[in-house]
Amino acid sequence: MWVTIFRGSTAIGIIALLILLVNIANGAFGYAMIEFEVNPEELTEGEIAIEQLDKDALVQVLQDNVSSGLYRRLENDKPFAERDHENVHNLVIEWVVKPQVAYQWTLLDSLLNRSEIQREAEEEFPGLELRFVSWLDTEFITNPQSGDPIKAGVRTAILGSLWTMLIAFLFSFPVGVGAAIYLEEFARKDRWINRVIQTNINNLAGVPSIIYGILGLAIFVRALEVFTSGSIFNPGQLAGNGRTILSAGLTLGLLILPLIIINSQQAIRAVPDSLRQASFGLGATRWQTIWSHVLPSALPGILTGTILAVSRAIGETAPLVVVGASTFITVDPEGPFSKFTTLPIQIYQWTSRPQDVFRSIAAAAIIVLLLLLLGMNTAAVVLRNRFSKRI
Amino acid sequence: MLRTSVQNKINFPNVLEMVSSEPLPLEIEHDAGYAIQSKDLRVYYGDFLAVKDINLKIKYQKITAIIGSSGCGKSTMLRAFNRMNELVPNARVTGKVIFSGVNIYEDSIDPVEVRKRIGMVFQKPNPFPKSIYENVAWGAKINGFQGNMDTLVEKSLRRAVLWDEVKDKLDQSGLSLSGGQQQRLCIARTIAVEPEIILMDEPASALDPIATLRIEELMHELAEEYTIIIVTHNMQQAARVSDYTAFFSLEDESRSGVLVEYGETQKIFTNPDNQVTEDYITGRFG
Repeated sequence: MWVTIFRGSTAIGIIALLILLVNIANGAFGYAMIEFEVNPEELTEGEIAIEQLDKDALVQVLQDNVSSGLYRRLENDKPFAERDHENVHNLVIEWVVKPQVAYQWTLLDSLLNRSEIQREAEEEFPGLELRFVSWLDTEFITNPQSGDPIKAGVRTAILGSLWTMLIAFLFSFPVGVGAAIYLEEFARKDRWINRVIQTNINNLAGVPSIIYGILGLAIFVRALEVFTSGSIFNPGQLAGNGRTILSAGLTLGLLILPLIIINSQQAIRAVPDSLRQASFGLGATRWQTIWSHVLPSALPGILTGTILAVSRAIGETAPLVVVGASTFITVDPEGPFSKFTTLPIQIYQWTSRPQDVFRSIAAAAIIVLLLLLLGMNTAAVVLRNRFSKRI
Repeated sequence: MLRTSVQNKINFPNVLEMVSSEPLPLEIEHDAGYAIQSKDLRVYYGDFLAVKDINLKIKYQKITAIIGSSGCGKSTMLRAFNRMNELVPNARVTGKVIFSGVNIYEDSIDPVEVRKRIGMVFQKPNPFPKSIYENVAWGAKINGFQGNMDTLVEKSLRRAVLWDEVKDKLDQSGLSLSGGQQQRLCIARTIAVEPEIILMDEPASALDPIATLRIEELMHELAEEYTIIIVTHNMQQAARVSDYTAFFSLEDESRSGVLVEYGETQKIFTNPDNQVTEDYITGRFG
């Protein structure tokens, strides 16, 4: 009887997970009708494919097909002589061919009703190209954000996520482990002040993330703007903008700090007292005991806890919206003082667009985010096993 | 002979004396022949008085056993000798413990220095989760040992009668050894620091009879160089290994541990002065 109920609970969990995965895959792959403003075959008079034209021919195509004003603007951005073949090709696709998704089908439809889709495509969109599109491909990962869903990628968002994670980790790991060491090894647990601190840390771990966002906005973006914008390091520059990677990383660092403290405390508490006694019995100081015995024994637990905390931070959206992640940014972040966007922000922004096709690339971005998470959790397991084995 | 060796030891400049701000005490005279002694020692855990007014003089380079029923403060007393009680929150000590002519509970004394010179072996074998070699070397390393570490490790393991069993696997984890071997490793680790006194808190209670026997033999050998104080529940063990025995018991109304009788083991086990001791030894209670 009870076993059936427990099995049922497990089944519900697994089914929910499967539905989630199917749903994401459903959006990220499938047939799509591609519509061109100018058919690439017309540009080359059907002789060769457009990719095979050399750079000069591509520049010529561009000059023939766009307004002279736009041509001059592109020339001003960067002279064509200095652009490479790929760049010019992209410009031709972007400004002349202008591919657009006229209609798309989900993955399930594409797999199950293939012939019907082909028939429908010919009837309703005569002359258009029917393609099976995988929205998640290498270009999607290497391209920067763009207003055009076909060209848009997540490179800027991935880099933004990695940068903010790095800063969050660098800030919260030493502080969190240090606090955990103090609370477990030095603080007297019978003092009321330490009990208050402990209770507060436990509560902070449950505070909604948006509140950390507001905190980050007040402290890092506003109060410490000269520092977080980097303008303090460039005297003479005008006051910068505090909505930088540094502010976001520190905010996420604050968010995961209580988690790291609690996880590290548990790992330190799990180190048997007999080990400490043995060390003290040999005439070791408290710090020698902690450094040589307590920390090495607790390290696997501390690392696992930290990586799981960072995994939580990588999926956080709300605090970054408040701190001021840019929703549209096409240049790679260059350092802690850059403007930034992150994967969840990107996904959030794409899903809120009205066109269906943005939902497809959002699904592809979700897959990227999930893979990133999976990678980090795998790293956590591997690290834990490696450090436990060493003993 | 005994007296001169004690004097030599004390006249040597030692860390405790350097740490101590007091002028070198006159108590050296009373120290003679005794490795360590407690004076009106009381240990409290919070409001609870665990051991009460203990006056115990431990003979130099002898084995002294502390026996008594559970909860009568034997381990507390043992830990008072090297200030291990301080690691327990709320523990408080009054009275004196005289070692090397100074009271180790003096404010100016660093407990870390005390524990370097008064080593401890615990009830449950607790080797570090490191290699056998590192287990022995670590204590010496942190205490600033300058000599040849390989020699020290070998010497310590030989003295703990463990060398032949582990010499081919020094890089293996100390936890891979059997319980008895682990306990001898812990003893080797303790003597590598070259303490003057070794405190043993029921060192054989977690071991089988054969391993127990080996530990007891080892203690006899170590007593040639060290003063050993052992807490044990096992009266046969106390009778077998010790030269002196201290019998602790609970005081009825306060539930505090008190020293009932202290003397040569031979006498305590055959002709005790105190009726309570006799009852305990002969198994009439406890």
